[in-house]
Amino acid sequence: MPESILATFTVKRLEIIAPDGTADESLVPDLSGDELRRIYYLLLLTRAFDGRALALQREGRIGTYPSVLGQEAAQVGSAFAIHERDWVFPSFREMGAHLTLGYPLHQLYQYWGGDERGLRTPDGMNIFPICVSVGTHIPHAAGAALAAKLRGDRIAVIAYFGDGGTSKGDFHEGFNLAGVMGLPTVFICQNNQWAISVPLSAQTASRSLAQKAVAYGFDGIQVDGNDVLAVYRATREALEKARGGGGPTFIECLTYRMSDHTTSDDASRYRSPEETEQWRERDPILRYERFLAKRGLWNEDYAAEMKGKAGGEIDEAVRRYESVPPPAPGEMFDFVSGELSARQQRQREEASP
Amino acid sequence: MTQLNMVQAINLALREEMARDDRVVLLGEDVGRDGGVFRVTEGLFEEFGPERVIDTPLSESAIVGAAVGMAAYGLRPVAEIQFLGFIYAAFDQLFTHAARIRTRSRGRFTAPLVVRTPYGAGIKAPELHEESTEAFFCHMPGVKVVVPSGPYNAKGLLMAAIRDPDPVLFLEPTRLYRMVKEEVPEGEYTLPLGKARIARPGGAVTVVAWGSMLQRVMKAVEGYDAEVIDPMTLSPFDGETLLDSVKKTGRLVVVHEAPLTCGLGAEIAATVAQEAILHLRGPIIRVAGPDVPVPLAKLIDHYLPSPERIRAALDEVLQY
Ligand SMILES: Cc1ncc(C[n+]2csc(CCOP(=O)(O)OP(=O)(O)O)c2C)c(N)n1
Ligand SMILES: [Mg+2]
Repeated sequence: MPESILATFTVKRLEIIAPDGTADESLVPDLSGDELRRIYYLLLLTRAFDGRALALQREGRIGTYPSVLGQEAAQVGSAFAIHERDWVFPSFREMGAHLTLGYPLHQLYQYWGGDERGLRTPDGMNIFPICVSVGTHIPHAAGAALAAKLRGDRIAVIAYFGDGGTSKGDFHEGFNLAGVMGLPTVFICQNNQWAISVPLSAQTASRSLAQKAVAYGFDGIQVDGNDVLAVYRATREALEKARGGGGPTFIECLTYRMSDHTTSDDASRYRSPEETEQWRERDPILRYERFLAKRGLWNEDYAAEMKGKAGGEIDEAVRRYESVPPPAPGEMFDFVSGELSARQQRQREEASP
Repeated sequence: MTQLNMVQAINLALREEMARDDRVVLLGEDVGRDGGVFRVTEGLFEEFGPERVIDTPLSESAIVGAAVGMAAYGLRPVAEIQFLGFIYAAFDQLFTHAARIRTRSRGRFTAPLVVRTPYGAGIKAPELHEESTEAFFCHMPGVKVVVPSGPYNAKGLLMAAIRDPDPVLFLEPTRLYRMVKEEVPEGEYTLPLGKARIARPGGAVTVVAWGSMLQRVMKAVEGYDAEVIDPMTLSPFDGETLLDSVKKTGRLVVVHEAPLTCGLGAEIAATVAQEAILHLRGPIIRVAGPDVPVPLAKLIDHYLPSPERIRAALDEVLQY
């Protein structure tokens, strides 16, 4: 018997806005001018949040912080497509998604300031706490999607993670479960091409991350992660497919980590400034401004006004964060279990002056 | 002799062992070009090249699992897990394989590997960066667990760990990484695993502490006639040094930052109760973290055993 081809596959890549701001009109999502401008504001707000976080860290007003600089479009664009009833399982570098979803800004500062009360998601918001242990939350998204499916709820479940996360067993196990059970899960990878000092080329031998989905029996797509509309479009389609019973999708947002890994890191030890400079030219906000300008939705004055508004919102968030009284020592016991053991109760009393 | 901090001492031990024995290979996340997130492996990638200092993909299970295979094949892998709080995906590899490959193969295959990992609280880092779950690993027959308490013993213990014929978990207290400098000789010296050190002689009460709690204990006992034992190896535990001391003092306080319940203090207390209860004048006191997940920066000082709590325990037991 001759050899035959058992499988071939293709992986799509989606870009909508060119670097000069021109767009493929057939792909531009049907969003109103107000919605397009709202996305712009969220990009600015993310950048302002991030810049302020770095400044606060330098002044010792928050702790170690992972910057999202350069990844704003991949976060805002994806989160803008998420509905209130969907569930979201974030990692630790999606503050742009958090604030697009309406997570209280001051709570994000509070969390990065070393106060876990910042992780208390407001009621009615289906956002799981930030997951620091890379990739370990990916199966949770599959599980929540399974529960939604069993309940007959037409919602989607989203997991965010980084390129490094795709090396973890939990990534593969979560993907397999979602694939084999046809779960309403949308996996969104922020492929910023670095996992601390490890470049993408040392993380995987795959041509793309998107194609990893193929092995689990569902679609993967790579989008230009610095093109907010491409990210939005791909996410919206995947969410609609999931809610409609079409199963999981993996979206790889190809972007770039412009900052050090965290404020404890020094990226100059392992990557060249030229590489980072190249990506500066592909700044997601700059590109979107050019797109909006061509549609008459943007000019310098408008930008200044929006930046001022974002700055004001950030000032208010910092003020709120810093006016929250420190947690009482007993707080560390309050959520360990529904009910404390006698020993824990004793320890709680001893810890409370 | 030079004055080195613990990071430098560990780095020196690795460099000397790698130069001495070309089977010694480092692997882990960011250990190569970056020199490790705490710079413990700094310069080794440049000196020994990418085949001896291997930057792995982000996968703790693959790191420890690969180390088992490498060790069985004849290398001497020294794996780094970036923080102890991220080791749990590799727990299976440690427990199911590293700890028992010698047993399972009836001695035909062994796993002479070291897993180094930063450990303990007090650097105000995010969640899971401040864990001290040493007791899990002491409950794994076949794995040795080592915790250095200073630059000098860190070097000697790590050299011994690398030469040990069985898997060793080497827990490096992050708080001590740059806290003190000590004379650390160049060249080979090993400190035997499984042997405790009397960090301070005394006659009225025995205090056992390790890692960064040892530093705190040494300050807290000033003015007390306390004998302080630094086990350095938590598993196997040096019961002889412990029992000799307790038979002399008749009192025991154990201090650890891990949660109280089923922490290593329980094992130490049980050993003394079983082997030396008739020498005790008063109750054994454990001063430990409370039974809660390690909190973030804003509450960590309320979590860790404070000097006041340590002294209160001494005062209490000394009443007997
Ligand atoms: C299981 C686990 N191992 C190691 C770490 C330490 N660590 C934090 S972030 C990181 C790199 C993550 O890379 P990636 O998934 O690409 O996300 P990015 O940081 O680029 O957003 C590492 C190794 C961790 N948090 N969790
Ligand atoms: Mg990354």
